[in-house]
Amino acid sequence: MNSRIFPLLGFMLLVVLLVVGLKIADKKTNLPSPLINKPVPEFDLPVLAQAGQTMSRESLLGKPYLVNFWGSWCVTCRAEHPVVTQLARLNAVYIVGMNFRDESEDAVAWLNRWGDPYDVSLVDYDGRTSIDFGVYAAPETFLVDPSGTIVFKHLGQLTWEIVENEILPRVASMESGS
Amino acid sequence: MTVELGQISLLAALLTAFVLGLVPMIGTYTGNRRFMAVSTTAALIQCLLIIISFGILTSAFVIQDFSVEYVARNSNSLLPMHYRYSAVWSAHEGSLLLWELILAVWIAAVALFSKRLPEVFRARVLAVLGWISVGFLLFILLTSNPFGRLIPSAVEGLDLNPLLQDFGLIIHPPLLYMGYVGFSVAFAFAVAALLGGEVSRDWVRWSRPWTLVAWAFLTIGIALGSWWAYYELGWGGYWFWDPVENASFMPWLVGTALIHSQAVTEKRGAFGNWTLLLALSAFSLSLLGTFLVRSGVLTSVHAFASDPTRGVFILVYLAVVVGGSLTLYAARAPKMIQGGGFAGTSRESFLLLNNLVFAVMAAMVLTGTLYPLLIDALGAGKISVGPPYFGLLFTWLLVPLVLAVPFGIYSRWQQDSGSRLAGMLRWPFLLSLLVGGGVWFMQPELGFVSAAGVTGGAWVILGSLFYVAQLLKRKNSLRIPASVLAMTLAHAGLGVFLIGLSMVSTLSSEKHLRMEAGDKYQMADYTFEFLGTSIVQGPNYSADQGEFIIYKGDREITRLYPQKRQYAQRGNTMTEAAIDPGFTRDLYVSLGEPLDQNGRAWAVRVYHKPFIRWIWLGAIMIMSGGFLAAANKRYRRKMPAKDAVQTETKEVTV
Repeated sequence: MNSRIFPLLGFMLLVVLLVVGLKIADKKTNLPSPLINKPVPEFDLPVLAQAGQTMSRESLLGKPYLVNFWGSWCVTCRAEHPVVTQLARLNAVYIVGMNFRDESEDAVAWLNRWGDPYDVSLVDYDGRTSIDFGVYAAPETFLVDPSGTIVFKHLGQLTWEIVENEILPRVASMESGS
Repeated sequence: MTVELGQISLLAALLTAFVLGLVPMIGTYTGNRRFMAVSTTAALIQCLLIIISFGILTSAFVIQDFSVEYVARNSNSLLPMHYRYSAVWSAHEGSLLLWELILAVWIAAVALFSKRLPEVFRARVLAVLGWISVGFLLFILLTSNPFGRLIPSAVEGLDLNPLLQDFGLIIHPPLLYMGYVGFSVAFAFAVAALLGGEVSRDWVRWSRPWTLVAWAFLTIGIALGSWWAYYELGWGGYWFWDPVENASFMPWLVGTALIHSQAVTEKRGAFGNWTLLLALSAFSLSLLGTFLVRSGVLTSVHAFASDPTRGVFILVYLAVVVGGSLTLYAARAPKMIQGGGFAGTSRESFLLLNNLVFAVMAAMVLTGTLYPLLIDALGAGKISVGPPYFGLLFTWLLVPLVLAVPFGIYSRWQQDSGSRLAGMLRWPFLLSLLVGGGVWFMQPELGFVSAAGVTGGAWVILGSLFYVAQLLKRKNSLRIPASVLAMTLAHAGLGVFLIGLSMVSTLSSEKHLRMEAGDKYQMADYTFEFLGTSIVQGPNYSADQGEFIIYKGDREITRLYPQKRQYAQRGNTMTEAAIDPGFTRDLYVSLGEPLDQNGRAWAVRVYHKPFIRWIWLGAIMIMSGGFLAAANKRYRRKMPAKDAVQTETKEVTV
């Protein structure tokens, strides 16, 4: 056999691998988070505008919930706000608003002005918890199952397609499963 | 309206590229000289059109036209002026346009500076480059148009990613692309040679200066990327074996093998097919890197907005360009082994060793980069191959390479004797052992591997310098031939790099501390005193700025001001490390998180990095060697006389 054909054969194998890789990349539109299928990071944070009250990871166990990182400084969060509000109206899932790196007065003013879709708002003032979640930009959203495991995350603005195709089916399956 | 002009200009460039790919190529088969002559005009017009297009996108950034989606996503009214220029290539669409601009500039350069080449060969080279450009222009226009409008127009831009608001980003991508894209010229020369069936060694001599320039640019581009990561990411690392870094490193490794094998093919006619294959591979790996970075196939810290549909396009493009050229290679590469034979001890053998090591390194990086993909494809989960794999293999592969460098420099073509070489290299060898041993004695924590690295670095530097000294003595003059100077500079750069790498990898210290205002910490010979933080306002961010006084003994040597920046528009927090650079050590402080509510206590990282500058100093020397070699007058002569080649054979191995 002509040995000069080997480079071509090697390249063909590589192309096959790359095609498969592309198929996989097609399925995951989001970068995989190392946190998927891992327990929610520990937190114990003050509730927004409720002096003295805190909420922790443990107190949220037993039901599916959504963690939505936002801040009053974040333009995209405002763009996302109608989608979160619409989701809240469905009462399908408990929504935790994670207000991070923000002044509480600004956060309260923001919620008063645009409406408060959150079942509870927690204050991550110095951003410690956001770091544990691997959040480096807002908005970012995590879906947590009743055992406290992260099953889905979305980086960037939530859209109604994501809510319908990714979040609601997962919530429904958790409820039928438990 | 102007932005639409940019798009029209791109379309016109696409048409011109078609003409460039088609008309001269037809000319070469029909013997029509006027058709072939079209290549120059088309190359220059294409370049002009793309410059116009790029200029229009730049002006949209400068005047802050937020009705352009790409501008709105990557700029902001508060963005300082110099970043508005570099923001053009801060994301996918614009960086592709930069890629294409640089390709057009290379093509125009080939059109202008290759008038000495045979007409047919030159027309083929330019036509091949024309087809490469067609592919990229189609890619931009079909999947990644930077001129898309945003309706309704945005009031305010999202801002440039703060990581990229930095001097390093202004110059790193253009230099890197100069290298990536420059390999397309060597590729086009190889394809033209295969098409013509004229695989003489001539094409190698013609393509050498182009290859050297591209390789030198790639060298400095990679080094800048590493330097940028070092000071901008705030964790003191300089190389992470990240897929994107690997994507730029693979063409460099193959390019390094290529410039050495070109020397053998040009001088001795040996390795002809191998040189062809390397020339094809260097650019193919550049394209593969582009695919990996922009298709979302591999996840990387360099999160380009990746998009699988773009991936499909690049993959098809890759298959056509690489598959086509390798098919051509299989069909047309000469069947006979050409060139003179050579003995086991000869310059050819040492260069063969060089080529083997670099090819194995490139194959290894390719394997390590694609392995996670393979595992993922087999459904076995997601893994990442990191520094343990690459670090270990590189350490071992460097051993034969570094040992062989001085032998390669001293040996003669065709045949040499081991005892002659041993005699000539006796002193560099003993001296380098002394250097390595001496450094180890003074710094016992260096350890064996790093001490061996320092010895190896000294061996390469001393071997190169002794060679120059002996040459001067023999010729009894002080003029060093440019080619020898270039080679010596590049090889000494390798030595400097090795020493830096060895020292920094074991002698560095780093500490993560909790510091309150007034706290002191002692590291190596230095005392770091934390004075506290204050709020500083930047143009588009606000920052907590720490103040540190560094003492050596009782003497204050410098003050460092690391920052923790908040970019309001995107809500990003950025760590700006403060560095006191030095020839023999860097002191590096970065501010972590505030550890209490009133901002007195901070998490602080303190680093002492001995000799880290040598890593980049070495890269600068290697780059300079490349440029100097490319500037050699020899390449500008039309017909080198036979005897001239003979006298130079002893000197040139770049």
